[in-house]
Amino acid sequence: MKVNTTINGMKRILDVKPDEYLLDTLRRHNYLSVRRGCDTTSCGVCTILIDDKPVPSCAFLSVRAEGKRITTVEGIPKEAEKLSEHFGATGADQCGFCNPGIALSVYALKKSQKKVTAETLKHYLTGHLCRCTGYQSQHKAIKEYLGDSNE
Amino acid sequence: MSKNYKTVNVKTPSIDGKGIMMGRPAYTEDLAPKDALVIKVLRSPHAFAKIESIDTQKASELPGVEIVLTHKDFKRNAYTRAGQGYPEPSPHDKFPLDNYVRYVGDEVAAVAAVDEETALEALDLIEVEYKKLTPVLDFEKAKENESIIHPEEDIYEMFPIGFDPKKNVAAAYSMEVGDVEKTLKESDVVVEDSFYTQAQAHVMLEPHTVNAQIDYQDRLVLYSATQTPFHVRRILSQTLEIPLSKIRVIKPRVGGGFGGKQALHGEMLAAAVTKRTGKPSKLTYTRKEVFESSCTRHPMRIDMKIGATKDGKITGIDCYGLSDTGAYGEHALTVFMVTGSKVLPLYNKVDSVRFHGDVVYTNTVSSGAYRGYGAIQGNYALESIVDMLAEKLNMDPMELRQKNMILENETSPIFEIMGEGTEGTAMNMDSCKLDYCVKRGMELIDYKNKYPRRKTDGAKVRSIGGAIAMQGSGIPYIDMGAAIIKLNDDGFYNLMVGATEIGQGSDTILAQIAAEQLGVDVSKVVVYSSDTDLTPFDPGAYASSTTYVSGNAVLKAAKEMRSMVVKEAARSLEVDIDDIEFDGTTFRVKNQEDTLSLSDLSNRLYYNEDQKQLVATGSYYGTKSPPPFMAGFVEVEVDLETGEYDILEYVSVVDCGTTINPELARGQVEGGIVQGLGMAVTEDVHYAKNGKLISSDMLNYKIPTNLTLKKLTTEFADSYEESGPYGAKSVGEIGIDTPPAAIANAVYNATGVRIKTLPVTPEKILKGLKEKEI
Repeated sequence: MKVNTTINGMKRILDVKPDEYLLDTLRRHNYLSVRRGCDTTSCGVCTILIDDKPVPSCAFLSVRAEGKRITTVEGIPKEAEKLSEHFGATGADQCGFCNPGIALSVYALKKSQKKVTAETLKHYLTGHLCRCTGYQSQHKAIKEYLGDSNE
Repeated sequence: MSKNYKTVNVKTPSIDGKGIMMGRPAYTEDLAPKDALVIKVLRSPHAFAKIESIDTQKASELPGVEIVLTHKDFKRNAYTRAGQGYPEPSPHDKFPLDNYVRYVGDEVAAVAAVDEETALEALDLIEVEYKKLTPVLDFEKAKENESIIHPEEDIYEMFPIGFDPKKNVAAAYSMEVGDVEKTLKESDVVVEDSFYTQAQAHVMLEPHTVNAQIDYQDRLVLYSATQTPFHVRRILSQTLEIPLSKIRVIKPRVGGGFGGKQALHGEMLAAAVTKRTGKPSKLTYTRKEVFESSCTRHPMRIDMKIGATKDGKITGIDCYGLSDTGAYGEHALTVFMVTGSKVLPLYNKVDSVRFHGDVVYTNTVSSGAYRGYGAIQGNYALESIVDMLAEKLNMDPMELRQKNMILENETSPIFEIMGEGTEGTAMNMDSCKLDYCVKRGMELIDYKNKYPRRKTDGAKVRSIGGAIAMQGSGIPYIDMGAAIIKLNDDGFYNLMVGATEIGQGSDTILAQIAAEQLGVDVSKVVVYSSDTDLTPFDPGAYASSTTYVSGNAVLKAAKEMRSMVVKEAARSLEVDIDDIEFDGTTFRVKNQEDTLSLSDLSNRLYYNEDQKQLVATGSYYGTKSPPPFMAGFVEVEVDLETGEYDILEYVSVVDCGTTINPELARGQVEGGIVQGLGMAVTEDVHYAKNGKLISSDMLNYKIPTNLTLKKLTTEFADSYEESGPYGAKSVGEIGIDTPPAAIANAVYNATGVRIKTLPVTPEKILKGLKEKEI
């Protein structure tokens, strides 16, 4: 089946199977920052943006991407770089397997200009599991990154 | 101890954080050839069975299937997946594939096909006839059970470890200092109890992954998400009978390990598929396979008996352990010994101490290495019973600890008696700031005002619990790490290390150590790890060894490189070596104007005069294993009506010597604390009656999330370990040890309910509260 999408600003026609999930489609097309961690939409490492909203791609059928704008971390290099500087400053980057998914979620938050408190930020990020950091260093870095949109 | 360092102990961001955040291909699966065969494994539906027959014909005939492997395709070479040094202290009790299956999820057959769909379809076509056997699922009934899990004759121990498979015993150990029974009999106060710990899962976010291919030199090349590339190479060579020189193992970026990737998982089958077919293959575990078919922490029962005088001198500790190694004996003895060796020396002033017990087989998921192995189990038992003893003595538990715990310049006879699988190494605590850690931790948590409990609103009570812990820094006289430093033109260096970066930041801290010694910015040290062809040997990322062992190797190599460049500068400037002053970038001749830059020298050595390639190497093995120490305190708020509790703050004060990279060291401690909290609070393991693991996905097995705790406070003691690189000890494991005991102690202080089986769940607390009412 053919699906018309825009990936990271580029129009693409994807050839997909009817039962295929976007995670597999994207990896097959070399968007390798999109990763499989759990199969149960629990961990967040497969997060992508669909029309600027974070979505677990392991549970999003590729055929549903018709007409949608897909963003992976490869599509926001400047924002990812900025976030990585804050992660570096707080020691929040360990294995990094979860980082691209987090980058997309917090970028979407920043873009939405929604105001968040420390507590609402924690709730916003519950879909991103990290087994390395204990989370606190990530929170610090993300708050710095959000800058103005942070209360 | 304040030293004037330029890069060590200075805030330095990870050298690889940017590329990783930007999603550049780096992990094993990212690097798989596009045409790689996809390997899928048929796994046992039975906890214990003999394969009577296995018919693969239909599967083999399915279009797109390249090969189907069963036990009939392998020579029976017993091995252990443990991923340890050689000779291995774990029993060789596993075969690449076997005609017995010993737990639900054990390997039966493997299919390699053109795509995943075909491979999965082929699995369904394999016809297996099982003869079901009676599984042993309760580890307390395993020893001398009439059902023998390993009846085969061709399995063995490499040296005496107490291996007695006919009794379902994978390993056994016993040691005693003094006469503990006599000591306890004569003690004024004695407390005893049994504690149970569960089979914690690692849940590293990158599942076990391996790719294999044959290169143009006809060698087998594996990319593996492993913590131990050199051990993987050796074990594959010995088991599949491929010459060592014909195998190359490359460890790309690894998405977390925590001990789970010390062992071999998919490597054996991927190597076998590619060796036989000549085609590239890949094997990526599903999350279910990671839970069900890799390994977990060893569940244990620990019986603790502790005695003291009336005035609170701990006189003796008697510790019996029963450890459940599951279907295979990976790390059976070593984990068990650590339960004694990295726990009992905390109270070194005892008259006598005993540690003994068995490690038994069961028909459950195999146990293996997991961060803090053995220590966290022992710590939970010991640090719970010390609080119980304090109560009986009517003494503050931290005061009891301060009175009895190990201090700087002291030792314990246990260090000499117990190593990891072998005898230990005597050592003094040349750096031990545990007393400071306890004192500072009490200040930070406001112990004076908050211990033991305060009523808040309604049915809620806030309380404090604490525990102390120790670890090690590598395995002395056994694990050797090495480094190579190469000078390039334009005056920058390559640092090649076998030390295995798995996300903990070892590439960064090793670059810092080299940069400090060479007097250059970290950006001038380009790190590469690890590749059995290109980097020197290192045992890998385990046993809290990288900073101390590999770090010392890097320091030695950097010192040698420094003296090499000074020698070449002296030759170039035509002066004596002693007349050269070198700041890392410029050579100056004493009392003269003459200078030479490192960049010019390196270009000269490459292209102009006295041409040569400068390469320095360093190797190091510990002659001791200086322990990092810590004190951990937790404040919880318990709802007495529901048993639910919130974790308000966890305070850690850690002595790991110099922190080479303060932020990354904090990351190791905080990450460890939260993993330990997972084991203490939410990570429950459930098996069905038939031995099938129920908690085999992230919905049923709950690791900590962003909401698990409110606040982490982490500080480091001012400490300097003379034998470590720039005063450093290791810090990878110490963080994980204290949470189970600290949580159990805090919950007891809030409720009067002592939870002796992990995790400490609201249900158990509520049950305890109800029982108290009766």
